[in-house]
Amino acid sequence: MLTKRIIPCLDVKDGRVVKGVKFLNLKDAGDPVEVAQVYDREAADEIIFLDITASFEKRNIMLDFVRRTAETVFMPLTVGGGIRNLDDIRDLLNAGTDKVSINTAAVKSPELIKKASEKFGSQCIVVAVDAKRCQGGKQIKWEIYINGGRTPTGIDALDWGKRVEDAGAGEILLTSMDMDGTKDGYDIELTRMFSENLDIPIIASGGAGNLEHLYKVLTDGKADAALAASIFHFREYSVKQVKEYLIKKGVEVRM
Amino acid sequence: MITIVDYGMGNLRSVQKAFELYYSKVRISSIPEDILSSDKVVLPGVGAFSRAMEELKKRSLVDPIAEIVKKGKPFLGICLGLQLLFEESEEGGRVAGLNILKGKVRRFKDLNGLKIPHMGWNKVRTTHYARRTTILNNIADGSYMYFVHSYYVEPEDKNIAVCRTDYGLSFTSGIQRDNIYAFQFHPEKSQCLGLRIIKNFVDM
Repeated sequence: MLTKRIIPCLDVKDGRVVKGVKFLNLKDAGDPVEVAQVYDREAADEIIFLDITASFEKRNIMLDFVRRTAETVFMPLTVGGGIRNLDDIRDLLNAGTDKVSINTAAVKSPELIKKASEKFGSQCIVVAVDAKRCQGGKQIKWEIYINGGRTPTGIDALDWGKRVEDAGAGEILLTSMDMDGTKDGYDIELTRMFSENLDIPIIASGGAGNLEHLYKVLTDGKADAALAASIFHFREYSVKQVKEYLIKKGVEVRM
Repeated sequence: MITIVDYGMGNLRSVQKAFELYYSKVRISSIPEDILSSDKVVLPGVGAFSRAMEELKKRSLVDPIAEIVKKGKPFLGICLGLQLLFEESEEGGRVAGLNILKGKVRRFKDLNGLKIPHMGWNKVRTTHYARRTTILNNIADGSYMYFVHSYYVEPEDKNIAVCRTDYGLSFTSGIQRDNIYAFQFHPEKSQCLGLRIIKNFVDM
């Protein structure tokens, strides 16, 4: 059996971890490399770095910490944020990233997904979908947003998911904008809709606040993987605790 | 010297780093002479089968790979590097591979709702053939390894399978024949147990 994956996500800006990570015994809790090493020791199944560096000039900082992480941590590493073209993807893969996560650029030029998956293989192309429930009697139920959730697109989330799957995406990182940051749990309905209608794996994101939330999204939501940020960073739960809980509930995970 | 074959597909730095944990002389190269003069050779790879074959041909690496294998030097294939050893793949129509091992590369299908690619951590079940080699020393039956692939190998000679993995069907996730070792999963991404396989290879 393929196990369900538990994936800590780190927001990184100018080469530093943002959202104060509360790790004890770390020389530098702001260093993404050190934090990644902690999650590696805890047997996290993958790590995702979301680079929220605004300025383009500072992109080299990101390549540098990706390189340093990949040299010390022997687990799958995904990097997202600000990826615009094939050159950006190539630079990240050469620095040691295993997968790249693309959002805005994919919506602006859907051809990018096709070209990137042909060039580098579907296995390394993750499409990040930021979906928000539409209010009132609109025809679409979830709409996708770009530019870090600032710009609505009018595009139906599931239609978009099907399009990127056809274009060769290897996986979808599905974030519920409604639940993100609430700690009230993942959007189960959204996640299940994606998982049931697509053949590629779905990583659920947004809303993790306790152990049951992770259990629910992996079972009721049928997600292949659950991403969480703050519950891990603030040490409310360790990856190990999450996995022990899931095993007790009968979910297959790797210990 | 251990040479990691570079044919322009995917990052090889993390593969190199993993080997450097156990051995100091590890180089990444696409030069035929480097491959031929190595004590051990690693063929890594992610991406499309047909493009990989094109890139190997473009760099005149097909013959040197066949030759170093024939010389009996320990040879390790990883992921696409396993698939390329076989006769042909269904990926991109029917594409000829290196033809060092007999058998075909097939696409997962009709998996009853299972997702493709097969992506994540899955168990490897060692076969009794694993005992004839040291490559899986200290790897318990049922250990988890990291997989990312949509195709799997179907060797003609079933006896070369040293481990199998279940995903809709039971497929060969590791092989050994003479000096050839190859795995569908990524030892270099499988944390401590994956690194143990790399150490076993280095120690041969």
